[in-house]
Amino acid sequence: MKRIGFIIQKEFKQIFRNKGMLPIIFIMPLVQLIILSNAATFEIKNIKFSYIDHDHSVTSRALMDKFEASNYFNIVADFPSKAQADAAMQNGDVDVILEIPPFFERNLQKEKQSELGIAINAIDGAAAGVENVYINQIVQRFNRDIKVKLLQPSDLKLQPVKIESIPLFWYNETLNYKTFMVPGILVLLVTMISLFLSGMNVVREKEIGTLEQINVTPIRKREFIIGKLFPFWILGMTILSIGLIIAKLIFSIPIVGSLWLMYGFTSIYILVVLGIGLFISNFTNTQQQAMFISWFFMVIFILMSGLFTPIESMPKWAQAITEFNPIKYFVEVMRMVMLKGSGFSDISMQFTKTLAYALAINGLAVWSYRKIS
Amino acid sequence: MFGDFTAVNAITFNVSKGEIFGFLGANGAGKTTAMKMLIGILKPTSGDATVAGFDVAKQRESIKKNIGYMSQKFALYNDLTITENITFFGGIYGLSRAEIKNKTKVLLDDLQLQNVANTLVGELPLGWKQKLAFSVATLHEPKIVFLDEPTGGVDPITRRQFWEMIYKSANQGTTVFVTTHYMDEAEYCDRISIMVNGKIEALDAPKKLKEQFGSDTINEVFLKLARG
Amino acid sequence: MNPFFGFIKKEIYHILRDKRSLIILLGMPVVQILLFGFAITNEINNVDIAILDHSKDVATREITNKISSSKYFSINRLITNEANIKTVFKKGKVKAVIVFEKDFSRNLIRDRKATVQIITDATDPNTANTISNYISSILQNYQKEQNKATPPTYQIVSKTRMVYNPELKSAYMFVPGVMTVILMLISAMMTSISITREKELGTMEVLLVSPLKPIQVITGKVVPYIFLSVFNAIVIVVLGIFVFKMPVQGSLFWLGLESVLFIITSLALGILISTLSATQQTAMMLSLMGLMLPTILLSGFIFPISSMPVILQVISNIIPAKWFIIIVKGILLKGVNMAFIWKETLVLMAMALFFIGLSVKKYKTRLE
Repeated sequence: MKRIGFIIQKEFKQIFRNKGMLPIIFIMPLVQLIILSNAATFEIKNIKFSYIDHDHSVTSRALMDKFEASNYFNIVADFPSKAQADAAMQNGDVDVILEIPPFFERNLQKEKQSELGIAINAIDGAAAGVENVYINQIVQRFNRDIKVKLLQPSDLKLQPVKIESIPLFWYNETLNYKTFMVPGILVLLVTMISLFLSGMNVVREKEIGTLEQINVTPIRKREFIIGKLFPFWILGMTILSIGLIIAKLIFSIPIVGSLWLMYGFTSIYILVVLGIGLFISNFTNTQQQAMFISWFFMVIFILMSGLFTPIESMPKWAQAITEFNPIKYFVEVMRMVMLKGSGFSDISMQFTKTLAYALAINGLAVWSYRKIS
Repeated sequence: MFGDFTAVNAITFNVSKGEIFGFLGANGAGKTTAMKMLIGILKPTSGDATVAGFDVAKQRESIKKNIGYMSQKFALYNDLTITENITFFGGIYGLSRAEIKNKTKVLLDDLQLQNVANTLVGELPLGWKQKLAFSVATLHEPKIVFLDEPTGGVDPITRRQFWEMIYKSANQGTTVFVTTHYMDEAEYCDRISIMVNGKIEALDAPKKLKEQFGSDTINEVFLKLARG
Repeated sequence: MNPFFGFIKKEIYHILRDKRSLIILLGMPVVQILLFGFAITNEINNVDIAILDHSKDVATREITNKISSSKYFSINRLITNEANIKTVFKKGKVKAVIVFEKDFSRNLIRDRKATVQIITDATDPNTANTISNYISSILQNYQKEQNKATPPTYQIVSKTRMVYNPELKSAYMFVPGVMTVILMLISAMMTSISITREKELGTMEVLLVSPLKPIQVITGKVVPYIFLSVFNAIVIVVLGIFVFKMPVQGSLFWLGLESVLFIITSLALGILISTLSATQQTAMMLSLMGLMLPTILLSGFIFPISSMPVILQVISNIIPAKWFIIIVKGILLKGVNMAFIWKETLVLMAMALFFIGLSVKKYKTRLE
């Protein structure tokens, strides 16, 4: 048992002595956390808006004022002709063109109906959909104001009914995307560091020959593996801690739930990741291979973890695959505990599954580690 | 056997306690494979062996307590100091901290490395690494020590000094099993075997082999064997 | 034989013999495209909703029916009081609760107005917003039906045209994105690792002492990856066209040229990384953390750049991927010619030259 201590001592010495890797392990992830949590958002802002006003009336200008006042849109230009507007969109200068037809105001007042032409750059289909919603919201609101002004009191009885919907956003009133992303990116970083370092570590010893040396000694498999993985477990927990501090201080992410629960779950989760890294390293001979295979699985796991896009949106077969994705559980637990204050009973399912995963993968890793070829 | 390739083909031999046994052959003859089977990191396709009285197939872990190994790559950690390497391997072999401290001092004195005790092994010249690797392999005073091409790449003077270390070890009762492709090192051994294409073609004391084949040097003996 | 070509041949053998790495290099793009195409989406589907109905009358029942028959939603349960909302959210399955006020139908007829609360679990703000919007539109539809008899007055009708992508297909977004990321990753990362490995194993010195000039060594190392990257790019575009029906509005020839330019830029980056790394591990981690994450997140691949804080928008300008994505989308989806993308092309060229120059300088100082 004492032998584990010697391995742990050596591993820590090697980690801290590696001057090139230290900043990558500690500083980079946290810089990423800060930068990327700010970048990762599906919110649509600063939409490049342009218009063509064929009417030049009070009404059309009032409508344009509404867009000017909106936070979502940046009015880039006011084009005299459709051809110029289209060229601008082709060039990437504008993403929305609102075309107000001639006699807009007159038609509205006389015929009680008028049309608006909207062209949206829909390469990003999802963004286009959202932009459309925003545009229509402004137009509808403008429409309502006009109706209120122009309607006669006698019309009131025949007023159409209105169902007013009141959207309420719980746990994240301001729809702050960061609240959603930061726990997720934290998961991502802890996972990446744990997986890559552990996976490559054993393979590096294979490459330089010290693994063979160790295999000739009486040290038992499990002592060796525990000794090797423990430092990276500590590393993972450390990064989690620093990440949480950053989340609280820089992003003011609420930490509603129990810290103990978070740490407890993370400690088991890191074991899963380390186990996967070790398992991969048992079957590869070079660091490059180990890294590649780890990267391959990691990208798939992360994309399918509900980190960026919801699992509920995936087709049934994809959702079935995510059952085996440990990252999915970590993301769920982090968000539930951190943001909603979920308790142990709420996450018991994820906890059990992750625990089972940890036992299974580490068992496999130890079993497939061969002191003998 | 590795697929279709038979690296070691039915070799049989005995080595006695305190003997320096040289396992000679050209590169690719199968020496390293044979050694790896004996020290328990390669599984033989068939056959049995006992090392230090323990069965290679069934009592591997007991064997490992009693042997030392120095690989071709001088496997030491380049990013740890001499002292740290000694501490690590000593600990792996189950030595107590006190014993390790003791042995470190003795080792540093013997090799005259006191001044560089805290230098990273990666910065040492090859000859020093080699001697250090041997000392680390014998830290726990094993009954047998296996050396795989230990003198590869070092100058003749260092090679001579290295063999002096081997002698010293053997005189203290350690059995030394050495593979090499330097035929002149054969002279230093008590007995040698020469492997050609996976088979042992000769096994005896160097002097006797020279007489048997009517040669002045083991190199000549080897050439005669290799040519068939 | 010309030593230079012999060297390139050796590099190609290295790559071909490492079957595990090769499978991943070739399979990764395919897997990513398939994942993005079929599994990764923000669209909602069968989202679990709970209803808190204080009225339980004709109107609320009709609206509830509309919601449950929509493919976007599935009514998970009916709850009976406000306190249940918190519990149900904490469990995590239900994403939204619809609350109908008391006397809903009566209010609608008498006061011409009634309210519905759409309470969403906004830990995922994007989904919450989408859910909110969809429910709102279901309510709007119901409202419109109720108002069929009453003629609309002073109505502004908008006719929207979705340009370049009328069906709002997500393939249009991610195929250029995946192509960019894969090219960048393979070119930069593989190159940096390959060169660093020679350094670590000590064979770099051997190469430098050989009759091959340093520039030949670097070029030789890099050439096989150009082929690999081009192959991957072709696979991705083909998959995009045939599996996801992506259009090719512009010239494939120009696309090819621009891709080669981008590959060269990425390779130069890879070489630069290798000058900064002493070990393979460092090169890998640098490529991954210093290159992959920023590329994916700041290039406009998944998240729109215009929505990011200004400082990040500025930083995104130094990421080559951002410019290339604009070029690819332009050629494939907008059908532009050089007149529209000369600016981006120039930027890429400048970056390539810059990285190459920097690497050459670093290598020169190392050799001295």
